[in-house]
Amino acid sequence: MITKNGSLPDQPPPTNSIGVIGWLRRNLFASVLNTLLTFLALYIIYLGIVPAVNWVFVNSDWVGDSRDACSSGGACWVFIAARINLFMYGFYPEEGYWRINLAFAILVLLLVLLNIRQVPRRGWIAAFTLIGYPIIAFYLFYGGAFGLTVVDTHNWGGLSLTLILSGVGIVASLPIGVVLALGRNSQMPIVKAASIVFIEFWRGVPLITVLFMSSVMLPLFLPEGTSFDKLLRAMIGIVLFESAYMAEVVRGGLAAIPRGQYEAAKALGLNYWKSMTLIILPQALKLVIPGIVNTFIALFKDTTLVLIIGLFDLLTTIEAGFKHVSWLGFAVEGYVFAALIYWIFCFSMSRYSQNLERKLHTGHAR
Amino acid sequence: MTIETANPELTASSAPIIEIVGMHKWYGEFHVLKEINLTVSRGERIVICGPSGSGKSTMIRCINRLEEHQRGQIIVDGIELNDDLKRIDKIRREVGMVFQHFNLFPHLTVLENCCLAPIWVRKMPRKQAEEIAMEYLERVRIPEQAKKYPGQLSGGQQQRVAIARSLCMSPSIMLFDEPTSALDPEMIKEVLDTMISLAESGMTMLVVTHEMGFAKTVANRVIFMDGGQIIEENDPETFFTNPEHERTQLFLSQIM
Repeated sequence: MITKNGSLPDQPPPTNSIGVIGWLRRNLFASVLNTLLTFLALYIIYLGIVPAVNWVFVNSDWVGDSRDACSSGGACWVFIAARINLFMYGFYPEEGYWRINLAFAILVLLLVLLNIRQVPRRGWIAAFTLIGYPIIAFYLFYGGAFGLTVVDTHNWGGLSLTLILSGVGIVASLPIGVVLALGRNSQMPIVKAASIVFIEFWRGVPLITVLFMSSVMLPLFLPEGTSFDKLLRAMIGIVLFESAYMAEVVRGGLAAIPRGQYEAAKALGLNYWKSMTLIILPQALKLVIPGIVNTFIALFKDTTLVLIIGLFDLLTTIEAGFKHVSWLGFAVEGYVFAALIYWIFCFSMSRYSQNLERKLHTGHAR
Repeated sequence: MTIETANPELTASSAPIIEIVGMHKWYGEFHVLKEINLTVSRGERIVICGPSGSGKSTMIRCINRLEEHQRGQIIVDGIELNDDLKRIDKIRREVGMVFQHFNLFPHLTVLENCCLAPIWVRKMPRKQAEEIAMEYLERVRIPEQAKKYPGQLSGGQQQRVAIARSLCMSPSIMLFDEPTSALDPEMIKEVLDTMISLAESGMTMLVVTHEMGFAKTVANRVIFMDGGQIIEENDPETFFTNPEHERTQLFLSQIM
């Protein structure tokens, strides 16, 4: 608006539209209906939160070593504490727990080193984590060398088994998925057809069927007397299954890279593999980090399905725990504990992926 | 149809570095390039113009095999292009290309963009590649941006980086595919200046552009294309003041 003496000076915002009170007014108490809904929502939250807090913290039992300690009426965390070794290590012999602990300690150390910018030679650490570490971890878990006694895979279980299955699944399915995605985009008809058939076959089958086939049907087709490890078969099943999903996620990323990038790489004289590994894949994988992590999270939770072929992952050991005579009836505590553990791992992966996206952002708009 | 080169003493001065003989190209049923004949000698600067869809970009993209031709011959620096990947790679090492949309690699810094091909294609040690890259970045007058990512630069700066990136491979031919068409007006000049100084250094250049001022001052020869054919080929003065062909006259009257 034009006035005789030029425009009016800016007014400060009214006090009731700024700060906490302003925010409350705008978002929670904007109208009568809005206010009513706010109070209704608060009441519903109150109804849910109070008993939950009472059950988890106020009326719960934390100390003791048998079900007799659970008398307060709330959650009985004594059950979890008493069976924690089963949940973490399955039926792994107790004198070998240090081997599992050491294997995971090394892994955590490597992952921490990889995420500190100042650490020199992170490329070598990454290579060691992917190539050297699995060998060390295998000997720590399985034994049979360096004076370690052999612990058969049917004794493996609990959270450590869940982590092994998902770790192997994650590490193996990404590169296989990348190769399949490149294959599906290939100009060579046989490579392309083979990739499509593979991807569509594994994506079309439920994981539970894959695991069942690997454990029950596969031995029927193998010559008599040959047996190979049930855990290994489950791992192969999971890896092939997840690779197919990963391939499609990566293909989405490849499709999002402008044609000009391929052309610029070609024009500079880079051959197919160099332009893929140096130019296209770094960009494509960065674009689909959310999709990749999504698949990882799904994989992590899908590993619970190995219970149908008799492997004792975290969830199955917890179920076994509350089905034991001395702890009958503590299913809720068990499931809440399982949910918490799964949530911690999945949420960490999700946060890590967001962190990674931010770190890799180089300021280009798409 | 073939058209005699208007400036025979220029082409006769040295051996041809590019020879295109009776080249045709189809996209499926669509006949994009028809009977292209073109001889370029070392050090020549050729501007190719024409209405959109006339096949000018497609033609220069055939020279480094970003597009394949279906009939005729393309001989670059004595090597005839065919399906042989080794030959294609050899030619691509000798032919630099600058694109309309720069096509810098957004995940790499400016310096890394420039060093990538020398390191991975020419097997140059990293240190030497970086020195050469800095030299060329200085030549296009943006050495101070070396550590930045392409996304942090203006369009004109990005295009100059793209030129430096191509030069790092020390090519004997440079192809420019509408290098200024995606730029804001005030950035066109900085890119054209870079190209002019490159021309002065004796580089063989094929430039698809609508910058007629550039054509007038820099080109040895201007080629006009329409409907997938070379309609007219002449030295810039004759081309602009006295075009032979009706379609050329029409085109020039529309853009000038």
